[in-house]
Order: sequence, then structure tokens, then C-alpha cells
Amino acid sequence: MSVQSAGRWGLVAQFPAPLIARFARNRLAVGGLLVVALFLLFCFVGPTLYSTDQIHTDLTQVNLHPSGSHWLGTDAVGHDELGRLMYGGKVSLLVGLAAGVLATVIGTLWGSIAGYAGGWVDAVMMRIVDAGIAIPALFILLVVSAITTPGVPGLIVILGLVSWLVPSRLVRAETLTLKRRDYVLTLRAIGGTHGRAIARHILPNSVSTIVVAATFQVADAILLVAYVSYLGLGVQPPSTDWGGMLSAGLTAAYSGRWWLIVPPGLAIILVVCAFNAIGDGLRDAFDVRGRG
Amino acid sequence: MDTLLYLARRIAQALVVILIVTVVVFGLLHALPGGPARGILGPQATPQQITLFNHDQGLDRPLPVQYLYYLRQLLHGDLGTSYTLNEAVSRLIEQRLPKTLVLTVLSAVLGLVLAIPLGMWQAVRRNKPADYVITTFSFVAYSTPVYFLGLVLVLVFTQLVRWFPSQAPQGDTVGQVFADPVALVLPVVTGAASMVAVFSRYMRAATLENLSEDYVRTARAGGSRQRAILFKHVFRNSLTPVIAMLGYYVPVLFGGALVVEQLFNYPGMGLLFWSAAQSSDYPVLLGCVLVISVATVVGTLLADVVQRIVDPRVKAGRT
Repeated sequence: MSVQSAGRWGLVAQFPAPLIARFARNRLAVGGLLVVALFLLFCFVGPTLYSTDQIHTDLTQVNLHPSGSHWLGTDAVGHDELGRLMYGGKVSLLVGLAAGVLATVIGTLWGSIAGYAGGWVDAVMMRIVDAGIAIPALFILLVVSAITTPGVPGLIVILGLVSWLVPSRLVRAETLTLKRRDYVLTLRAIGGTHGRAIARHILPNSVSTIVVAATFQVADAILLVAYVSYLGLGVQPPSTDWGGMLSAGLTAAYSGRWWLIVPPGLAIILVVCAFNAIGDGLRDAFDVRGRG
Repeated sequence: MDTLLYLARRIAQALVVILIVTVVVFGLLHALPGGPARGILGPQATPQQITLFNHDQGLDRPLPVQYLYYLRQLLHGDLGTSYTLNEAVSRLIEQRLPKTLVLTVLSAVLGLVLAIPLGMWQAVRRNKPADYVITTFSFVAYSTPVYFLGLVLVLVFTQLVRWFPSQAPQGDTVGQVFADPVALVLPVVTGAASMVAVFSRYMRAATLENLSEDYVRTARAGGSRQRAILFKHVFRNSLTPVIAMLGYYVPVLFGGALVVEQLFNYPGMGLLFWSAAQSSDYPVLLGCVLVISVATVVGTLLADVVQRIVDPRVKAGRT
């Protein structure tokens, strides 16, 4: 397997043509990639083509049914719902991507150091991970929401801090096998430092595991962002995200204004599905074992 | 002997994990700005009242002292007293936990009963339309926020067709909860959906792995019929690891209960936790998180042990 190639070009060497071909054969995964691309276009380019005012309220235009001028209707303070879907999607995608990547970075560092150090350090670090996994994230988030309402950067940090545990376990397992490889032992024998061993050999050779974990992590983070608003921790008006739109539309839905909850709900489901499908495709293409 | 040693080591590890959990939760809750005095006494409280409250509750002592005191109480089964409900936390949890267990156990059973045959069927029909349809369903179910799913179910089944009530049973005891089974349907189904998604994936993977084992080839070569092999050998060998996964799934089940109980106004531990978070009721928050964490640690321990006993190959792999 090409995964064993080490050194500076390790990363490049791990994306050979057969890998792309294997990924491309997975129709679900390619579909997922397409969905993510469409949503990125929709949220980040869409507002330039379909310009709406999402800052000011317009009380003459509240709770309108979907129509020619407002394709998805308007909400309780007069925001155009289609425009709001783009506007909220920016936050959902941005926070989800950033938090997923942050969680993977923390988990990768933690797991590779624990696995590489071994012994007591490993035992202590991994018991901390066990303890973190034993406390469900939703409970921690609810406690945090009782204290503070963070902005977007704060949200990214909080979500990253509650979700790095699983990637750290995966990377640790990978490190345990990699650190006994000849090229790592050779580097150590000729006087290379531990840091160099991790940076030059362990991490580049774990790239497949890390990339797959990161993809699933982003999917989970986008889902978690949706929960965060429900728990009262979300971004504050006039800013919003898909989860915030759902929470805001909860009561409206009971009075029949379905257009306030169905679009953001479907958007969340589609994007999370898409990232999971990409993760599945990458995992099969890399041939790594990860989540079931 | 080997197994006993392993068991002793795992139990010691679990105890260390629980100790870390108490430190983490204690630290998190006591790092809050404002403190519980503001939450309990309200914004009108004078500084004197706050000092008095903090002194009465022991909140003015150094944190390590408070922690050790907390730990000693814990060993005596004392989780403290709720700030807002004026009742022992252990008593509150005693009342609420059984109801949450009813909800989670029913959801888990329903989830498994659906997931296991679906996963096996997918494995047998691998890469055929049935497999793709169920895979797509699992992806969607896994990706749907529990509260959105619950809301859609409520709208469909209480507004479109009036089959089920939108509120869960309100009884104080487990018996009263079961007295109203129709009201349990929507909460249980909402809780089970993501279980079906996750466990059908596990079952599919486990069945596929077993189907590629040598013993299946041998049995087939020996003339056993596909169906007999599947139900006599593959089913049993795939089922145990999947059931063991339940142990690792405990925190997800409780997380789901938190949302489901709030959504359907079901007076279990999740709703208790929810209202405690609104009123900064630290002892209740601490108590609930502790109980759930212990349940998770025990679940993980059981899962590890079961897997090791059932599958001797695990011995070689895990550390």
C-alpha cells in the first residue's frame, strides 16, 4: 500500500490515481461531494444573485406564504426565508467546518503524543479521553449555555473542545503501530528527536486516518451546531444559523407555517448526509478502518 | 487467571475515569461566573445576602477543600441538596431515573429489533438496490437533529392525523407511565431512529465480515445451504459484537433522552437536568452528569469484557 511511503512527499504520495478512481466509483460519495459544492455555492455566492435584507426587520412583510416574490415565504419579523437560508447556512457551514477541523487537530496532537510516548503518559492522557467521552457533549453544552452566549469564534472553540476525543483515539491507535516501524527506529538511532519522528513520519503516515476522521468530524460538528441553537447557545439575532432558524420556527410550525422549519431542516440533513457519504467513500478508498 | 487480571485492571481504570469525571465536572461548574447565589437569590440580592448564602453552602472555602468535602459526601451516597427544589439530589434522581430508563430501554429495544434484520438483509444483498435504499435511510436518520425529527413526527401525528398525543405520559411512577402506552409511542420512536441508523450499519459490517470468514466457505463447501449458514453461524457471530456496541452507546442514548424529554415534556432525568441548567442548580447538574457518566463507564466496561469473553481474538488486539 502506498500509505507506507514516508517523508516530505508522504502526503502527495498517498493520493495516487487508483485512490481517486476508487472514490469516484462510490456513487454516494461523489453525490455527497456534489451536494457540498452546491451548498457552498448557494450560501456564499447565492446572496450576490439573490440579494435580501437580513439585518433589518420589515413588519409589513411578516409570515408571508411562499410566493413569486418570496420563494420560501417570510418569517415572523419579515426576513425573506430563502435569503435567510443562505445567510444562516454561512454560519452553519463555517462553524461546522472550523469546529470539525479544530477537533481533528486537537485530537491528532493529543492522540499522536499519547501513542508515541506510551507508558504512564499514554495511560493518563487516554483516561482523560475516557472521562471526556463519559460526559455526553449535549450535557456540557447545556451547562455552558446556562453561563454564556458566545459569538462565532467562541462557538467554534467550544464545539472543538467537546468533540476531539474520538479522533484522538483513532490517531493514537495508528501511532501505536507506526512508531515501531523501521524508519522511525532508524531516525531515532541516528539522533532524530521525538518531535521530528512525530512530525516527519507518524503524522504524514496517518494522513488517511486523519482525513477520514476530519470528514466525519465536520458532519458531526454541523449537526452539533444545529443542537447548539436549540440549547440556547447559538449566534444572536440578527445573525442566525440553520439550527437557529429551526428553533425560531418551532412555534410557528404548530400554526402551520411549515416553510419556516422544513427548508433549514432539510438543509442540515442534506449537508450532514453529504459529509458522511464523503467520509464513507474516503474510508473505503483509503482502506482504513474507522467508524462502523 | 489472565481474564481475572484483565478484569481487575479494567475496573481500576474505570474508577480512575470516574474520579477524573468528578474533577472535570466539579471544576467546570465552579468556574462559572456569578456563582449560584445570583441564580438562587435573584438579581435583587444584596452583597450581604450573597455572602451569607455562600457561607451557608460552603462556597467561600478554597476549591480543593470543597472538592474533597464533595467527594466524601459522595462516598456516603449524598449528592447534596437541590437549590431550587429543596430536596435531596439523590432522591430527585431516584424518582426521575427509572422514567428515563423506561424511555431509553424501549428506544434501544425498538432500535435493535429493527436494525439487526435490516443490517443482515443489507449484507446479504450487498450493493443491490435494497442495500442502497437502507443505507440512504440510515444516512438520513443519522443526520437528522433529534428535535427536528420529533417536531416533524408531532406535526404529522397530532395535526395531520390525530393518532398520538404530542405530550408524553405525565405519571410520577413507572406504572403510571405504562398506563398511557399510546402517549409513549412518539417519544420512543423519536429516540429509536438514530439507533436504527447506527446499529444497522454495525450489523451490516459485522455480517459482511463473518460472511468472508473461512468457516463460511468451509460450511458452503460442505454443502450447507446459504440460509442455514446465515442463521446458524453468521447471525450468532455477528450479533454479539453488535450488542456489545450498546455499551459504548450509553452516552448517546442519554443525550437523546435529554432532547426527547424536553420536546415531549416527559418528566425524566433529562427534563430535570434541563430545568436545573436554566436555574444554575449546581448540585442537580453535578448529580445528573455523575450518574450518567458512571452509567457510561460501566457500559463501556461491560462492552469490553463481553467482547473479550465472546471473541478470544480481541485479547491479542486491544491494550
